Amino acid sequence: MTGLLMVIVLALAVFAAAQIMRIYELSAKVSQVREYEVTDKDNSNQGRMMLVFGIGLVVAFFWMVATWGEIMLPKPSSMHGVEIDRLWDISMGMIIFMFVVVQLVTFYFAFKYRGRKDGKATFYEHNDRLEFIWTIVPAIVLAVLIIYGLTTWSNVMNPENEEEPMVVELYAQQFKWTARYSGDDNTLGFANVRLIGGANIVGVDTLHVNSADDFLATEIHLPVGRPVLFKFRAQDVIHSAYMPHFRAQMNCVPGMETHFQFTPTITTAEIRQDADVQGKVARINAIRQAKGLELYEYDYLLLCNKICGSAHYNMQMNIVVETQAEYDAWAKEQKTIAETL
Amino acid sequence: MASHEHGNDHAHDHDHEHHVENFWTKYIFSMDHKMIGKQFLITGMFMGVVGVFMSMLFRLQLAWPDEKFAILQTFLGKWAPEGQMDPNMYLALVTIHGTIMVFFVLTAGLSGTFSNLLIPLQIGARDMASGFLNMLSYWFFAASSVIMLVSLFVETGPASGGWTVYPPLSALPQAMPGSGTGMTLWLVSMTLFIAGSLLGSLNYIVTIINLRTKGMAMTRLPLTIWAFLVTAILGVLSFPVLLSAALLLMFDRLLGTSFYLSDIMVAGELLHNEGGSPVLYEHLFWFLGHPEVYIILLPALGITSEVIATNSRKPIFGYRAMIGSILAIAFLSFIVWGHHMFITGMNPFLGSVFTFTTLLIAIPSAVKAFNYITTLWKGNIQFTPAMLFSIGLVSTFVAGGLTGIILGDSALDINVHDTYFVVAHFHIVMGLSAIFGMFAGVYHWFPKMYRRMMHKGLGYVHFWITFISAYGVFFPMHFTGLAGLPRRYYSNAEFPIFDEIQDINVIITMFAILGGLAQLIFFFNFFYSMWRGPKAPQNPWRSNTLEWTTPVEHMHGNWPGEIPEVHRWPYDYSKPGHEEDFVPQSTPLKDGEVGH
Repeated sequence: MTGLLMVIVLALAVFAAAQIMRIYELSAKVSQVREYEVTDKDNSNQGRMMLVFGIGLVVAFFWMVATWGEIMLPKPSSMHGVEIDRLWDISMGMIIFMFVVVQLVTFYFAFKYRGRKDGKATFYEHNDRLEFIWTIVPAIVLAVLIIYGLTTWSNVMNPENEEEPMVVELYAQQFKWTARYSGDDNTLGFANVRLIGGANIVGVDTLHVNSADDFLATEIHLPVGRPVLFKFRAQDVIHSAYMPHFRAQMNCVPGMETHFQFTPTITTAEIRQDADVQGKVARINAIRQAKGLELYEYDYLLLCNKICGSAHYNMQMNIVVETQAEYDAWAKEQKTIAETL
Repeated sequence: MASHEHGNDHAHDHDHEHHVENFWTKYIFSMDHKMIGKQFLITGMFMGVVGVFMSMLFRLQLAWPDEKFAILQTFLGKWAPEGQMDPNMYLALVTIHGTIMVFFVLTAGLSGTFSNLLIPLQIGARDMASGFLNMLSYWFFAASSVIMLVSLFVETGPASGGWTVYPPLSALPQAMPGSGTGMTLWLVSMTLFIAGSLLGSLNYIVTIINLRTKGMAMTRLPLTIWAFLVTAILGVLSFPVLLSAALLLMFDRLLGTSFYLSDIMVAGELLHNEGGSPVLYEHLFWFLGHPEVYIILLPALGITSEVIATNSRKPIFGYRAMIGSILAIAFLSFIVWGHHMFITGMNPFLGSVFTFTTLLIAIPSAVKAFNYITTLWKGNIQFTPAMLFSIGLVSTFVAGGLTGIILGDSALDINVHDTYFVVAHFHIVMGLSAIFGMFAGVYHWFPKMYRRMMHKGLGYVHFWITFISAYGVFFPMHFTGLAGLPRRYYSNAEFPIFDEIQDINVIITMFAILGGLAQLIFFFNFFYSMWRGPKAPQNPWRSNTLEWTTPVEHMHGNWPGEIPEVHRWPYDYSKPGHEEDFVPQSTPLKDGEVGH
């Protein structure tokens, strides 16, 4: 019934609009105005709107930065993250500058040169020098960004460590993560999807020499200051291991092993004391309290960031960064896969 | 109105004058490029309604994940029991929204419409090189649209693996319901789509190369035609690669091959597949996928060049630089696909190469933007609705293009890859720019298509609401992306850390609904003007290009007599020494007058 009513209302609205147009059309015919022709008044109005919009866009942009700046990720908790954020700030500074200037100029020109009946445009085909300048200047700026970007990329992807990184496997499946630690030998035992069975959920070859001390965990624990080399596997579809607080991400691809290495620099306990983070937690808890939800405590997170099926939106794992001593104590408590089987 | 007028007032004879047309040959199986262009437009607009409507449904879910909406149940049925959307349906909606908008609206709807309408008219040809292939290209497109729409109604739902349909997710029906029959239909539909697109593109290329009228040198082509030509070349070179990717995926799904599959256990079942790689699919997909961005964008930029020059009453600034930048963008677009794959496990060295090539694209893009702005400078700007949308395009092209400098930088991409920052970037630079170009084209060439004028006032209202809500939808997404919010999440409620961005999601949805509803104004204006708009004069925008020398009433062969000869480039606006502020291309040079 509501549906029918809505259809009737819609039909009436269209009819009414058509009638209004009709009247408009007839009056236009009588007064011999050709509606589609752009008049000086139109140009003047639209030109002003353009200017107002241009200024409004820039103002709105800075308003958003001021208001929503605080929701962005807090400072990076990894060594390379600092480097990435520095590159980010420089690139962002440049594009914000360009954004503001170009938008303002565009809309200002639209306003300034709004047409008049007696106006005349300047015949101006090209200016090789001008075009040369705005080819070469972006080229130089981009060259700088490219060189800086490539250096950063190469540092991130091929880090040089004094210390041997700790090897941890992150195993992805619909819709959960499992961490496999390589144990005392710091080498993962061979594993394949064909060996999955019973409690052996990641398919470890229990006869393999390096697998004896491997253990599984449902939470990632990392000692602060020690490089960690994550190796990623996926069981079913592509997943992506996204650890935004560490500025780290890598896809997990069935049939191949991928890896990403970083050094966590701030423990979970320390980051919870950070002023930005405390502000964030306070704001979130105010919202949660109002809704009657459980209060939130800040944790580093691993999220799935590649569409992987119906529960993609809830495929997560906590990451705990702690001191070496805390980590050792935790690792000692874990049972090896061999023990659980 | 007489069903068929061949310009009988004119006692000229030409090839097409004598065949008799009925409803079927005129409106359905038409071989006339103008009618085919209109068929593409109407089909594209219909698909656009479907695609945009889907986005409004999933925006409801994102803004108010806990609320129940009767409208969801009305439209989604069992996929929204009691008005609560199913997560699989959410993924299906984003997938089909992306597919429809990228391929059906902004590829076929935009390029199909305006390439067909404008190529013969602007180069001075009687029709496309092959009218039959042209008709076939539309009908492949129509069939693929129908199949895509049919896939919405299969029991397990339409394809849901994201518009990029990465295997193994899209290859394994066990992995998600949408990878069943819906995915098969998606692949069938895309196969037909690609076939249609190739037929069209070949036709455009041949027509532009061979059928230009006397005097229409390549350096006298309007920039629209340059854009359509380069777009068609991009399509011919890249779409077959997607076709091969789709066929191999179909083999993996239906014949048990292992092109993309290896070592998989899904839903407790161990698969026999071994040796394939999903990364292969990603390479094949993005080898099309990136040029596709420019297949979408270049026609919009071409239309904008024409509209901005005409309505600034000035030559487009740096005509040759504009052609050069189109060619440079097109060339570079083939060697940047890897920037979609920085974190797929591809060798980091390749990442460096793709970062380098990707950031280079910023140079020709900057040249284009600066040239548009200089064209406005000291102009006598006539704010037609088409001009408003074109200036809107310049704004979004710059706003969205700049964040490309961030995303193309592999080191920075690590942390924003697949977040809402990317969603914001590509919707602004590709989605908005292209759709604004399409609107500009419709407002500008409506008189050529339907012999009547659209309502300017409604056009203004449509533009301003659309423009404001477009920025309102996509600008805030940069911020949710920087908060670390991944795209394609059905709900953020599982992550307390995203609680504080929920307000932004609500704002985005409000703007999305506003912007979506504003399109009703456009549709009203479009259909109303089609039947009741004031009759169009021959050259309503006082434009130089050849299409405005054809009679207002359509006829086969476009010109009643001889095809006009071209004596000058299309941008002699406000040229000193001429009385009017425009000089049509068919006007011979005066004594002592210098061409461009």
